[in-house]
Amino acid sequence: MKLVENAAGRIVPDEINGREAVPFKGIGKHRPEGRKYAPPVPTCIDYPEDNNKVIPSLREALERCGLRDGMTISTHHHLRDGDLVSNQIFSIASEMGVKDLVWLPSASFPCNNPVIEYLENGTINRIEGSMNGPLGMFVSEGKMKGTAVLRSHGGRVQAIQDGEVKIDIAVLAAPAADAFGNAKGTGGPSATGVLGYAKADYLYADKVIIVTDNLVDLPCFPMEIEGNYVDYVVVVDKIGIPEKIVSGTTQITRSPDRLLIAELTASFLEKSGLLHNGATMQAGAGGTSLAIAVFVHEMLKKKGWKLSFGFGGSTKYMVSMLEEGQMGYILDAQAFDLDSVKSIENNPNHIPYPVFNAYNYHSKGNLTTMMDIMILGATEIDTGFNGNVVTHSDGLLLHGIGGWQNCLHARNVIIPLPLFRDRIPVIVDRVTTLCGPGELIDAVITERGIAINPRRQDLLDAVKGKGLPLVTIEELKEMAERICGRPEKAAFDDKVVAAIKWVDGTVIDAVRKVKR
Amino acid sequence: MKQVVTGNAGPKIRSDIEVTLEITDSGGIELDLKSRVISMYGGAIDKQCRELLEFFGITHARLTINDSGALPFVIAARLEAAARALTGSAASFLPDMIPENIYPSSRDRFRFSRLYLPGNSPGMFLNAGLHSPDGIILDLEDSVAPDRKDEARILVRNALRAVNFYGAERMVRINQGQRGLEDLEYVIPHNVHLILIPKCEDADTVRAIDRRIKEIKTEAGQDDEVYLMPIIESAAGVENAFGIATACPSVVAMAIGLEDYTADLGVQRTKEGSESLYARNRLVVAAKAAGIQPIDSVFSDVADMDGLLENVMSSKAMGFEGMGCIHPRQIAVIRQGFSPAAEEMEKAKRIVLAYRDALKKGLGVVALGSKMIDPPVVARAEKTIKLALRLGLLTEDWAEAGA
Repeated sequence: MKLVENAAGRIVPDEINGREAVPFKGIGKHRPEGRKYAPPVPTCIDYPEDNNKVIPSLREALERCGLRDGMTISTHHHLRDGDLVSNQIFSIASEMGVKDLVWLPSASFPCNNPVIEYLENGTINRIEGSMNGPLGMFVSEGKMKGTAVLRSHGGRVQAIQDGEVKIDIAVLAAPAADAFGNAKGTGGPSATGVLGYAKADYLYADKVIIVTDNLVDLPCFPMEIEGNYVDYVVVVDKIGIPEKIVSGTTQITRSPDRLLIAELTASFLEKSGLLHNGATMQAGAGGTSLAIAVFVHEMLKKKGWKLSFGFGGSTKYMVSMLEEGQMGYILDAQAFDLDSVKSIENNPNHIPYPVFNAYNYHSKGNLTTMMDIMILGATEIDTGFNGNVVTHSDGLLLHGIGGWQNCLHARNVIIPLPLFRDRIPVIVDRVTTLCGPGELIDAVITERGIAINPRRQDLLDAVKGKGLPLVTIEELKEMAERICGRPEKAAFDDKVVAAIKWVDGTVIDAVRKVKR
Repeated sequence: MKQVVTGNAGPKIRSDIEVTLEITDSGGIELDLKSRVISMYGGAIDKQCRELLEFFGITHARLTINDSGALPFVIAARLEAAARALTGSAASFLPDMIPENIYPSSRDRFRFSRLYLPGNSPGMFLNAGLHSPDGIILDLEDSVAPDRKDEARILVRNALRAVNFYGAERMVRINQGQRGLEDLEYVIPHNVHLILIPKCEDADTVRAIDRRIKEIKTEAGQDDEVYLMPIIESAAGVENAFGIATACPSVVAMAIGLEDYTADLGVQRTKEGSESLYARNRLVVAAKAAGIQPIDSVFSDVADMDGLLENVMSSKAMGFEGMGCIHPRQIAVIRQGFSPAAEEMEKAKRIVLAYRDALKKGLGVVALGSKMIDPPVVARAEKTIKLALRLGLLTEDWAEAGA
């Protein structure tokens, strides 16, 4: 392995976990050739004629799938912090004495911290997916055997489709399933609303296991996972803890400072003309984003405008726009609260829409490039408008990429964030870890001023003289440092503990072991 | 040697620091630093602590720092409070006065909203000015626990120098009695615009504070005016309202504090406020007679914005010219309430234009349509226009721009 400088000026390895890796070449520059990966050909004569694929336990299912050393196991994250399935897979594997597995979750949550035990005892070689809190710390301290690979939601689909990752067994928890393996996100005690992250897994995995606590009569309709791709169905008492799967109700921030940022963002959207009748919009489920949605909703009502569609993660605030006529459709990859889950079940204009179709580099077009307004967060933004979402300024890996990189391809990417958190400046001279190039980030909105990317002269012209507190990104950085003091840079060892992939599969940056 | 603890730490504490200081006989400075920002600011905190201990002549000490991301002015205040408590020193280790904090106030500036900031909670200071209150109050009185009052003074002093309040009138609420007079020494030399006098019951108290302020200003060689806003919070205070309002020329406003007032009366404070109607009326009349601003009590339900607006409208109708705020989200509602409403402005414009027209034509009587307009109506309309101009709701050329 050698280290090379990529097109973004970051030093990255040309080999990760023994496999060649392509350094980032620039946005839209990488164009892989060849054919899509395909799993082995199954034959229907190998499956029961009555199509009853129910078997008694997850252990038996894993055994029948031929679980063995070095396999790649995928899961999806829709049970969120209430997931009772993923950890079990590795506990079973550990009992079976299986070693060196690769875990490919679409995201991990604090409830997955127990897998640290299986990383330590060699059951799991590495995680290719998001790592939060203690798991991130474990990786940052260089304790994971393999190198972590962090991909965006779309990048995960890309890697599965072009064969960079081959899933041996997909274990997909489903709130409702029938004995044939058709499954969906609504119904039952553990409803998630949609299963927007499981499509690539069931299409491309060699073996597919559905785990459900709600076995329904065939057909489980409308199926998001088709039984034709499923090997086994396991019925358990509980796949998740309901109150940790979706929050009873998502809440807008109560912090006056964050509300101020949200108000300023809404005002920016209005004065710039980005918000208009028929616009498309996506905002996340963070407290500030929710507040922005509420302010935008008020503006839409006042002006008699309607957004043509919004892309989820959905929340009750989006649902109320849909129901009150300020949004035509919600296309949805995940539901964050109970109102959204109910809306998916009952409202035909609230449509499940997998990330496979919305964010995928190997797709013949994507939803994200059609979004007019994209509201995103970041842990750091630098004076080149480059963004970091995975590490904190102290160098610790603490978040996943989620759909963030994919969403950067929207027409207007707006990042509302505080200028500093406690004493930690958020606007810095160089991001600790590069996750998204500055060409794609259009405006940064802080409580102390709005910086528009100089590449967007049109936006600068649109808001000129409209009473918004416009500053340069350098001025924001200076303000932060005057208040907080100039921070020292995090100190790292040479060892690469995680690779950050760009949406096309190239390596945009690497995270190194923190020095203690 | 005894040990002193200042500041705050804990899972919910942000932007603060807990300092445990113990002076020892030998061994130099032993510094145990725990911080959420150690990798970025560990070196800076270490350096700042050693500099400050040296300033207080402390050469041997055990210093334990538990930092939750405190800014330098907070670290300095906490450590100074500990050093003073152990050494008995009265020296001040002052952070730089940022140039943004040097601006004057004026007698008749708006005091619609003034935001209370608990004087020992530094996390709330940083963004307070961004919410555009007319004034910010760094409170040393009721919001500070009795055993934290010494350190709060130092923190407030440092905040007055180091925190940008973005043009808000810089106010401090001092304690009652002797402690309040001592509080003045900590804050007056640092460009305070206005002192709030709590539980004020007589004119002598106001004059004593005014005298002490003038002495401190003379010592410091300052000549900026420091204004006073007594707060009436008792039956005796209400009875003496006019005397308090006219106690000295520095008094620019007089406020009422209804929690303490209703407690003094032994009655419940209600939303409709019939129990305090007399006091509020009396205060308005006394203030207006003295030519100062009458200011209403705070509205304590921070979640009830509709209730707040109703409250503001009734305050305005009674003659009040401002209110206290205990949450930044109240500021915009209060401002909106005290600003002239659109139809009020339109009516005022028509009256003033009719008046000017009559003057031009040399008419003795002003008429709007078929209605005669009396001089006090014109005067009130002109006041409304003036207010709208100052608030930027109208531009100077409004008459030409068309009514």
